[in-house]
Parts: sequence; C-alpha cells; structure tokens
Amino acid sequence: MAILEIQHIRKSFGATEVLQDVSLSVEKGDVVAILGPSGSGKTTLLRCANFLETADSGTLRFDGEEFRLGHVPKKDVIRLRKKTAFVFQNYNLFRNKTALQNVTEGLVTARGMAKDKANRVAMDALAKVGLADRADHYPNQLSGGQQQRVAIARALVTDPEIIYFDEPTSALDPELIGEVLAVMRRLAEEGRTMLVVTHEMSFARNVSTKVVFMDGGKIIESGESRAFFENPKEERVRAFLRTIGGEGF
Amino acid sequence: MTFERAWEVVSESFLQVLTAGMLYTVPLTVISFALAMVIATLAALAQYAQIRPLRPILRFYIWIFRGTPILVQLFVVFYGLPNIGIILDPFPSAILVFALNTGAYCAETMRAALESVPRGQIEAGYCVGMRYMQIMRRIVLPQALRTAFPSLMNSMIGLVKDTSLASCITVAEMLMATQKVIGRTYAALPMYLEVGFIYLIFSTVLTKLQSVGEKRLNSYGHH
Repeated sequence: MAILEIQHIRKSFGATEVLQDVSLSVEKGDVVAILGPSGSGKTTLLRCANFLETADSGTLRFDGEEFRLGHVPKKDVIRLRKKTAFVFQNYNLFRNKTALQNVTEGLVTARGMAKDKANRVAMDALAKVGLADRADHYPNQLSGGQQQRVAIARALVTDPEIIYFDEPTSALDPELIGEVLAVMRRLAEEGRTMLVVTHEMSFARNVSTKVVFMDGGKIIESGESRAFFENPKEERVRAFLRTIGGEGF
Repeated sequence: MTFERAWEVVSESFLQVLTAGMLYTVPLTVISFALAMVIATLAALAQYAQIRPLRPILRFYIWIFRGTPILVQLFVVFYGLPNIGIILDPFPSAILVFALNTGAYCAETMRAALESVPRGQIEAGYCVGMRYMQIMRRIVLPQALRTAFPSLMNSMIGLVKDTSLASCITVAEMLMATQKVIGRTYAALPMYLEVGFIYLIFSTVLTKLQSVGEKRLNSYGHH
C-alpha cells in the first residue's frame, strides 16, 4: 500500500510554474530517488509534500488520509509532520542545542516524551549514525558530515513513516559524502521508507528501489531503479545520464 | 580652592553620592531596563511574526521615542501630563520614560537579531513536529538573544548614564545629590569629577558583566 500518494500537484512561484501536474506514489519500504537537473522542481516537490511550501492545487494521500493541497488545516499539517521527517541540504541543526538536544527536541517538545526516556532513545539514534561520542557537541563543533548524520539521527528518532531527504550530500566536501551515504544505505537496508532528492548517481542506482526523473516541473520518466539506469526510455534522461556520467556505473 | 579642601569635600560626600546611586540610579536602571526588555521583545516578536494591525502602532511608537530627546520625553510626562490630569511621581515618571525609550531602541536590536536567525532553523523545527510558538521560544529567541546581547548591553550602559537626566524632574539620583553638595560647598570641579568617576565604575561593572555574559553565551561557539 502506498504510504504517500501525490496527485496532480501544481505550484507556481510568481509567473514560473515549478510543478506542472506532478503525480508520485511511494510504497512502504520504497527508497525513491528523485533525479533531474537543477531547477527541475525536485526540491519544491519534496517541500510541498511536507508543507514547507504550500502547493497551489493537487491532492496528497498520506497513510490512508486524503488532503486537498493548498487547503490543509494547520492542525493536520502539524499532525502529518509528526509522522514524517526531513533532512535538509544544509543540515539545519538547531545551533543553540547540542547534538543530543537536537535529537531529543522533537521527542520532548513536540511529542511530550519524558526527558530521560528521550535521552536514551536519542543516544541509540546517535549511536546508529556513529556519533554517540559527539552527543554533547554543538553543531559548529562538528564537521559537515557529522552534522548531517546528527540530522539523520534527529529524523530517525521519531520513527517516521517516511523520511524526506533534500540533496543531503550536496553541501558536503567530497571526502565527507561517503559517511552520510553509508548511513542512508543502512537505513534503506532496514526497510525505511525514503524519498530522496539527490545528485548521487551511485546512491540512486545501487540503493534506491525506484527512480523518478524530473525536468522543467514535470516527471519525465520513472520506474524501477535498475531498468531506469540500464534502459532509459526518454532521450532527455539518456542525455542527463551522459552528462553526469551515470551510464556505465 | 586648595587640594586639601577639595579632597575633604570629595571624601566626605563620597558615601552620600554613592548612596544616591544605590538608592536611585541603580534601581532606575535595573527596573527600566527590565521593562524595556519586555517591551522590546514583545514589539520585536510582533513585527517578526507580522501581526499586521500592530505593525503601524509599533513603528509609530519607535519613531516617536527614537526621534525625540529623552529630556523632552521626561518633561512631557512629568510637567506636561498634569495638564490633562495625569500626575505621576518623579520616580515612576522616570521609569516610564526610560523603559519606553530604551525599549524602542532595543526593539530594533531584537528585531534585527530575530531576522538574522536563518529560515532553516524554523523549518527544521516544523519538521520535527514543533509548533510556531515552541520554535520561537526554544530555537529562534535564544539564538536572537545571543546575537543581540552585546547591543543590548550597550543600551544598558547608555541607560545608566541617561538616568542622570532624571535629576531634571526632581528624582534624587546621583547627579542631584552631587549638585546639593556643590550648592553647599561650591566645590564644583571635584564633585562633578567624583560623580563622573562613580558613573564610570557603574559602566565598568556592566562592561565586565557584558564580557562574562558573552563568554558564557559563546559556550556553543561561533557561527
């Protein structure tokens, strides 16, 4: 069963229509990679799915409930966000909180969990991303890769139905990308449902189960990851894969 | 005036002037500044959150209090308001004016500091399931306060010195105590230097507090 189903979503910024009737569905356990050149609407799609942007129209079905995009009541937005998690390109760790506090914040403040229990759960999450020993560090005392792993721990800890990743490695120095991708690969292997906007072709090819290719605010091609890379149907996809060297991986 | 005479006047009056400082200058500063912070924070938050009907009112308030001399504001409240039947004692009048005046300046400091917190901090708060007010209280305000802290301390140091203006509306603060001694002894130069020295001590204490505060706030580092 689809955990997330977006249908006919449209979104404009001024005169530019960034999303032109896009539909997408994510099954439980899917790892869906959204690929495409910059400006193709990938990030906007992800942000609309979590209400960071308000879509102009379309429907969103999440966990069996249906919502008319652009008209979702505030309390539903808050309720839905508690079932999801979001990993940002620039990590966006709370700068005034330690790694541990970053991870517990959503548990204690948003979900009312007791502090000592939250600390235990959060330490497990930090251990999972290999940063238990950095629990008391502030974001500015961590490398980019470490910050992003804390952000992933923060996303994991609430046991979300789906985790959205918005270009999680794009802001990282090349030598730090591997540690973040390794964590994401482990989550995929555990059966986490993930929707990942990425430029990492190796991740899309080897980790994701499905690939969606967007260009100019539309989905050009989508399908099983293997078929997508081995036998892309659309010329635009082939051209894209050529330019980024995605073929022959 | 001989040096001995000057020294005698200064040493005899020192405690008297310092006492006026402790009884009036310090409370005037502390109470006014505390109120100013409340005003500034609320005014800054209301503008930041774009509560539309409040905005013109707040801009007007800030415009008035930043655009006119404190001395005029003190006179309006203490000597002017009785014309329309509002009679306040000197001390509360001074508190009112200093709180509103400093509040207007600090509101701008706080607003700029709030706006300097990156949008992504708020989005991250939403994405972990927090509500707007929770995000403001736990994420945005603490970061903004840290950014604003040095400027706010500057305003407080300015306020200590501005409280001397309250002598003009008969508050018996340090400058007035000094003038009383001068009226009796004619030792103007030593006495004004003395009161200046005490103001200097007060500002120096605040400057020290500022650097201690900044160090503590820096425990989560620079960014």
